[in-house]
Amino acid sequence: MDYVIEMLNIRKEFPGIVANDNINLQVEKGEIHALLGENGAGKSTLMNVLFGLYQPEKGEIRVNGKPVKITNPNIANDLGIGMVHQHFMLVDTFSVTENIILGSEPKKSGTVDIKKAEAEVQEISERYGLKVDPTAKIKDISVGMQQRVEILKTLYRGADILILDEPTAVLTPQEIHELIDIMRTLIKEGKSIILITHKLKEIMEVCDRCTVIRKGQGIGTVDVKETSTTELASLMVGREVSFRTEKTPAHPKEEILKISDLRVKDARGAEMVKGLHLDVKAGEIVGIAGVDGNGQSELIEAIAGLRKVESGSILLNKETITHFTPRKVTESGVAHIPQDRHKFGLVLDFPIGENMVLQNYYQKPYSSMGILNYKEIYKQANKLIEEYDVRTPSEHTPARALSGGNQQKAIIGREVDRSPDLLIAAQPTRGLDVGAIEFIHKKLIEERDKGKAVLLLSFELEEILNVSDRIAIMFDGQIVANVKPEDTTEQELGLLMAGSQVEKKAGES
Amino acid sequence: MLTNQRFINVLIPIISVILGLLAGAIIMLSFGYNPIEGYGALYEGAFGNSYFTGETIVKVAPLILSGIAVAFAFRTGLFNIGVEGQVFVGWLASVWVGISFEAPMIIHLPLAILSAGVAGALWGFVPGFLKAKFGVHEVIVSIMMNYIALHTCNALIRNVLTDRLDSTEPVADSASLSSQLFYEWTGSRLHWGAVVALALAFVMWFILEKTTKGYELRSVGFNQNASNYAGMNVNRNIVYSFLISGSFAGIAGAMQGLGTYGNMFVQSSFTNIGFDGIAVALLGGNTALGSVFGAFLFGTLKNGAGSMPLVANIPKELVDIIVALIIFFVASGYIIRWALTRVKREGK
Ligand SMILES: Nc1ncnc2c1ncn2[C@@H]1O[C@H](COP(=O)(O)OP(=O)(O)OP(=O)(O)O)[C@@H](O)[C@H]1O
Ligand SMILES: [Mg+2]
Repeated sequence: MDYVIEMLNIRKEFPGIVANDNINLQVEKGEIHALLGENGAGKSTLMNVLFGLYQPEKGEIRVNGKPVKITNPNIANDLGIGMVHQHFMLVDTFSVTENIILGSEPKKSGTVDIKKAEAEVQEISERYGLKVDPTAKIKDISVGMQQRVEILKTLYRGADILILDEPTAVLTPQEIHELIDIMRTLIKEGKSIILITHKLKEIMEVCDRCTVIRKGQGIGTVDVKETSTTELASLMVGREVSFRTEKTPAHPKEEILKISDLRVKDARGAEMVKGLHLDVKAGEIVGIAGVDGNGQSELIEAIAGLRKVESGSILLNKETITHFTPRKVTESGVAHIPQDRHKFGLVLDFPIGENMVLQNYYQKPYSSMGILNYKEIYKQANKLIEEYDVRTPSEHTPARALSGGNQQKAIIGREVDRSPDLLIAAQPTRGLDVGAIEFIHKKLIEERDKGKAVLLLSFELEEILNVSDRIAIMFDGQIVANVKPEDTTEQELGLLMAGSQVEKKAGES
Repeated sequence: MLTNQRFINVLIPIISVILGLLAGAIIMLSFGYNPIEGYGALYEGAFGNSYFTGETIVKVAPLILSGIAVAFAFRTGLFNIGVEGQVFVGWLASVWVGISFEAPMIIHLPLAILSAGVAGALWGFVPGFLKAKFGVHEVIVSIMMNYIALHTCNALIRNVLTDRLDSTEPVADSASLSSQLFYEWTGSRLHWGAVVALALAFVMWFILEKTTKGYELRSVGFNQNASNYAGMNVNRNIVYSFLISGSFAGIAGAMQGLGTYGNMFVQSSFTNIGFDGIAVALLGGNTALGSVFGAFLFGTLKNGAGSMPLVANIPKELVDIIVALIIFFVASGYIIRWALTRVKREGK
């Protein structure tokens, strides 16, 4: 068999934890090879070893049959290995082209030949069907675009083996389809791909084989044609996982959140929320469905006090919170699981323990008279780490060193534990493994059953349909329809989200 | 594993100092000077007798304070390059209070030190406020504030505190940090300032690590978006940070005004206490304890190096190169950290 990549008996330790313990991974030429495992199983670590970012304690790596030592990413590049990281590594203020060529710029008499670079980028992007605007600034383009830039970056450096670390976690369903097409084109062009994803359906759809790791140990490799999502899930978690969320019917009570005629602008001054009406009652989960960019983020940031409200009103428990600061919003009884965990959710350089009291460090018992009480802080942290199964070597570990999914679990634990009147969950299960998703969904429903209001934003229709008691469809800055999950289908939702039948449905609700 | 990490943290500065000394020795050798004699002179000049030791500590005290001033702002994500100016106004304020009246020492001395802190804080307030309110970069404003401080202080000394003289009268005994006892022991200008500096280094550590304000300041320093999300007022914290940083710097000025010199005089250029504070803070990894060690190294080298031309006949220019080399090696400690983890890995 022709393997382009062989990783044999790889062992990688971090202080207090063995992230990879005797893992084997063999990738055939021209295949899409899935890497599956729970949050913190060691997938990113293994790929960082392959990309030369970490040095393994033990084990051998072979590229095209030849044993190699990959001591830094430049060597990986030279061997034709390229990686798109779980959290992007782009320079916000640089253009697409500048980001792509960074580190291997074409030179002309000592200066960067940006025209030539742009032409080259254009050429590669056309060849692989990765449409981008070479002159746009990173901060102005969507996450899906940024990801294409990351892929182009590896292709520009001549990569033949692409590592994609959870590329679909941050994408909308539409963008995922496009990415899948791109991956197929890449394979046709003779590339090989290692794909990390928690979405079993994607593995079934595009991958040829799948290697499963559990708690740092290799469980084995299966042929995707001969397996099922249920088998994959139980291989990965080590027990049966249910995909349908069990829940009893909701008993909505009094109105907790009432938004009337809300208008909000985005950072560039364009109106994104355009006279929106929405209410959420105690004891119900309202799911917001919509194509990304229809004002969902602005809506949530406005409720949380992070974005200025132009006009309209937001009432919480019948009291206005329209122009409250984030602190006052929190104190009024709102918790918020933010969409972007690295930008808002965590102070990555703080220990994970200190991150657990980010909103209430100034309250008893975490401090008194302005003096922090670390004993209480870490007691709370340990409680949450335990309860939400945050896998970390210790509560003193910097948040940065946790795996992406465990960072997310930590944030969810912190927000849900305050048991607020209104819980805003923006893409709460982004990057979580199936077991963790099941758990988080249970938690959201538990909050609902305690009589709290839950506002769920998700781009995964399946999640919206499974968890919500009522679905509010957002299109072009407004809620255009309210539907019950049991009365609708993914197809119908898709149509509504695209803006069709707006008249009819809006009239009904 | 934790003790291992701690061990490395202690080992690195030691190795860096040794490497720096070696590099300096090579320079001396290649120019035909005896490094043993050279370093002997350096040591003698720093700690050779009680006089030199006293003078070294006199140099260290304000550096501790300017170091923690820079470090404090740095931890909040701010670059306070205006420490120099804050030292000036602190110096002037302390002397002003010191010469204006007499009062029991228990009131007068703290009041003089406090006024230095307040003056420094006010000077720091300007760049902090402009940054928070209008987004003006603090470095630009700080630099301008340095020049304003220098010339304003000179003008005030000439025209307000004295009648066209170049220096003020000495501060009253009740506002003085200097000590007859130390003078009799050492013959140097050694004063109580070092104690004040150490106490304030402790205060800095306490604020940052133990208080809710410190938690906010550190959080803002690492991630402004998350801090805002968590309900902290980012802009207000920027101003606080500059106020606290500036007050440390101002009190560094009080070390000079109430201790080392006992007055203030017209100066043609900056004292460099503030600028050296940047290096001290970086050497100390922007921590309180680190800044104390950084200031100690800096003060020792500065004071000891003064003897090298006299005792070992090494030209002053070469001495400057040697001192710079040592500091360079200490500052590049992270290279050594990298090498160490490398060696550890290979060893496994
Ligand atoms: N730089 C680091 N320092 C210390 N520990 C680390 C570091 N990086 C990862 N770890 C630990 O190694 C383990 C594996 O992490 P890794 O990021 O590989 O998980 P993952 O499988 O990619 O999970 P996820 O699906 O959540 O992204 C985790 O327990 C994590 O805490
Ligand atoms: Mg990962």
